[in-house]
Amino acid sequence: MLTIKDLSVKFPSRFGDVTAIEDVDLKIRPGEIHGLVGESGAGKSTVGAAVIGLISTPGYIAKGEITLGDTDLRALTPEQAHAVRGDRISMIFQDPQTSLNPLMTVEDQLIETIQTHSAVSYAEAQNRAVDLLEEIGIKNAAERIKSYPHQFSGGMRQRVVIALALCTDPELIIADEPTTALDVAVQQQVLDLLRDLADRRNIAFLLITHDIGVIAQIADRVTVMRNGKTLESGETAQVLGHPQHPYTVALMDAVPPLDHKIPRFRLPVEDDIAVQSKTKGADAKAWLLAGEQTAPTGLSVNNLTMRFRGTRTSLWQKPDSFTALDDVSFTVRPGTIMGLVGESGSGKSTLARVLTGLLHPSAGEMTLGDANLPPAKQRSRHHPSRRLMQMVFQDPYSSLNARHKIGAILAEPLWLYGLVNDAKQRRALAMAMLDLVGMPADSIDKYPHQFSGGQRQRIAVARAILARPKFLICDEPTSALDVSIQAQVLNLLKDLQATFGLTILFITHNMSVARQMADDMIVLRNGKIEETGPSEALFSKPAAPYTRTLLKLTPKMPPEWRTA
Amino acid sequence: MIALLKRNEAVWLFVHSPAAIIAAVVAIAIILGAAFAPWVALVDPYDLSSFSLFDGLLPPVWEDGANPKYLLGTDDQGRDMISSILYGARLSLFIGLAAMTIATVLGVSLGLAAGYYGGRFDAIVMRIADVQLALPAILTALLIDGIARGLLPADIQQELRVWVLTLAIALSLWVNFARTARASTLVQMNKDYVQAAIMMGQRPIRIMFVHIFPNILGPLLVIMTVDLASAILLEATLSFLGIGLPADSPSLGTLIRIGMQFLLSGEWWILWIPTLFLVALVVSINVLGDFLRDVFNPRLR
Repeated sequence: MLTIKDLSVKFPSRFGDVTAIEDVDLKIRPGEIHGLVGESGAGKSTVGAAVIGLISTPGYIAKGEITLGDTDLRALTPEQAHAVRGDRISMIFQDPQTSLNPLMTVEDQLIETIQTHSAVSYAEAQNRAVDLLEEIGIKNAAERIKSYPHQFSGGMRQRVVIALALCTDPELIIADEPTTALDVAVQQQVLDLLRDLADRRNIAFLLITHDIGVIAQIADRVTVMRNGKTLESGETAQVLGHPQHPYTVALMDAVPPLDHKIPRFRLPVEDDIAVQSKTKGADAKAWLLAGEQTAPTGLSVNNLTMRFRGTRTSLWQKPDSFTALDDVSFTVRPGTIMGLVGESGSGKSTLARVLTGLLHPSAGEMTLGDANLPPAKQRSRHHPSRRLMQMVFQDPYSSLNARHKIGAILAEPLWLYGLVNDAKQRRALAMAMLDLVGMPADSIDKYPHQFSGGQRQRIAVARAILARPKFLICDEPTSALDVSIQAQVLNLLKDLQATFGLTILFITHNMSVARQMADDMIVLRNGKIEETGPSEALFSKPAAPYTRTLLKLTPKMPPEWRTA
Repeated sequence: MIALLKRNEAVWLFVHSPAAIIAAVVAIAIILGAAFAPWVALVDPYDLSSFSLFDGLLPPVWEDGANPKYLLGTDDQGRDMISSILYGARLSLFIGLAAMTIATVLGVSLGLAAGYYGGRFDAIVMRIADVQLALPAILTALLIDGIARGLLPADIQQELRVWVLTLAIALSLWVNFARTARASTLVQMNKDYVQAAIMMGQRPIRIMFVHIFPNILGPLLVIMTVDLASAILLEATLSFLGIGLPADSPSLGTLIRIGMQFLLSGEWWILWIPTLFLVALVVSINVLGDFLRDVFNPRLR
């Protein structure tokens, strides 16, 4: 039904035209969910934009055909294209927070869309809107339809977005990362809904995503893209189960499996990112292993509670407080990795901020090694834990100061903690450290924006390690990265942990990643610990119902697909 | 890569913006002329022996009865208009730059600290800023001028006029810097690199000036140019009203005030030429400020 042939899109720039996608071929049949998978910058979204005719200016289609049924989409006048958009092709965006108008009720937005595309009376449009909401699984639709977007939860909001896309009974829906912003439980519901719509209404879906688990779960066919080109296309089981192209093989190897732990990710192409030098940062390694750095240090937390003051709504009433951490106790054994999983809002990051002294807990005690770890307000700037405990943040774009050179960023812990007092030595050590984390030594005089996300995360890890810490907190260190880069960074963390006997608290929302990293696990929900225990036991025989649900909802691949 | 591109991009945008080029040429010409006034100017308006009353009230060269020696004519004392303007611009620019510098240092320090510490300190600084904003800039300047006149002995007063004026202007401009610096700091505070620095136990002063400050420089540079223009205008206004600089060391505002007397008697150039000159200076600085804002804020492009 949708046929794309030899499609190329170019963006003119001051340095000549940049080719965003080149010779892309794609065919989607009615009722088929076609997955378009690739890493960031692969040109996935550009394909979607080209189909719907909304390539951002000044981009243009250089050549190729796009036909929907019998209609040649490229031959349409702007008015005709406008009519096709929304009527025959709809779009679902990534973030339901921003794709709905916050100032209009859901009803108004639905009716507006329905009336734009078909001449029906207001009452009729209203009925249709209610039916639509019921169809996509919103209970009490007649009542809920009067609500504003912010009165719906994230998953419900994405359902409303889908309802909007369905208003005109389209033949094709382009879903651009429809579940990326959602928690696994909600993601599962949305994916089920998409599958159901494809089967029942015979709608074709172009599902754009970087998440191979999602593709594996619901896509009928899949196309793999890289650098604007399609590498491989076919039945999902065929392409992902028996990948032919080396890139697809590498991609599949980098996906962390949920059902077993692998010691290390296989990375056949450590091409553009990791530079493996001969010395492998021997100097840095020797320096880090020297000094008092010997016995691993554990951490224990007793009855930690963190309450935030709510917003004041009345002048006389005290606002209700919000409990982000509720009586949390756990122990991280020295030299092991503790995995901490939970959905967004479960208190994972709050825990990290309390431990690092950015937030003052309401109650509870913390112990690092043998010494008491004072809470934020009592922890002075010179407290030894400032050095012993370091953190790797989620977003490598904001955790490195954009105006400082890499050399200055890496020298900071050395200088701050008085570890190395000579500027030349600091620089030499920083260069050796870059080598150790697989970065070229000439990176030292560059700025953070000159690196990709994965490279920056390596630099962030290097900065943390240079403080000679004993305890490392990693707060979602790979969730902003592509899956192959994620595998590289996880490998790096594993290597460093083994070499330096670090104790790590590894925070993530991704069960598969947690399984690959953790020796012990904590499952957090609404600030309470649901389950804790050795990782293998927890994954093979989860005790808490919540853990079982999380495991069941995490997209996984059939075991027979494993190429290893 | 992006910074390199950006740097190139600034140049590229500049070359493709005629308004910015013209403004830059005008501003640079005026600034150079003012800076080198003692070497460029025909006569020294402060030195009575360098000009003669017999040359008084000569019109610009394109009018009848002009002396080609004095391109834009002379005033009633026989002073060459170009020379007066260059010396006047020298004073105006000096006061403008000095006031802007004081306002920047004061405002940025307070704004950074307010954004960093938050809480009570933030509230106090920002309420003072609010009060300052409620007073018109001229009123603040008048107030400080009045206080200085009352406190300082008469002989020092004349010497310190320039500094009193500078301080008065600076105090009415610092709020812009404080507010912008605070708002930008609040944005940066949520970034992980600042959180990392706090977590590591770095000194607050270092976090503020080494880590945050370079990241909020963009918007501050824009305000600096715009406020330089405001400072020059404010000085001209005060001098025009007669509370700025006296007639024996004339700034552009003083020249315009003096020129007022000749407006109705036919010697229009004594008023109009310094006025147009001031307009050209202020407009060109403002255009450059707008250009900088476009460079630093790609969303407005």
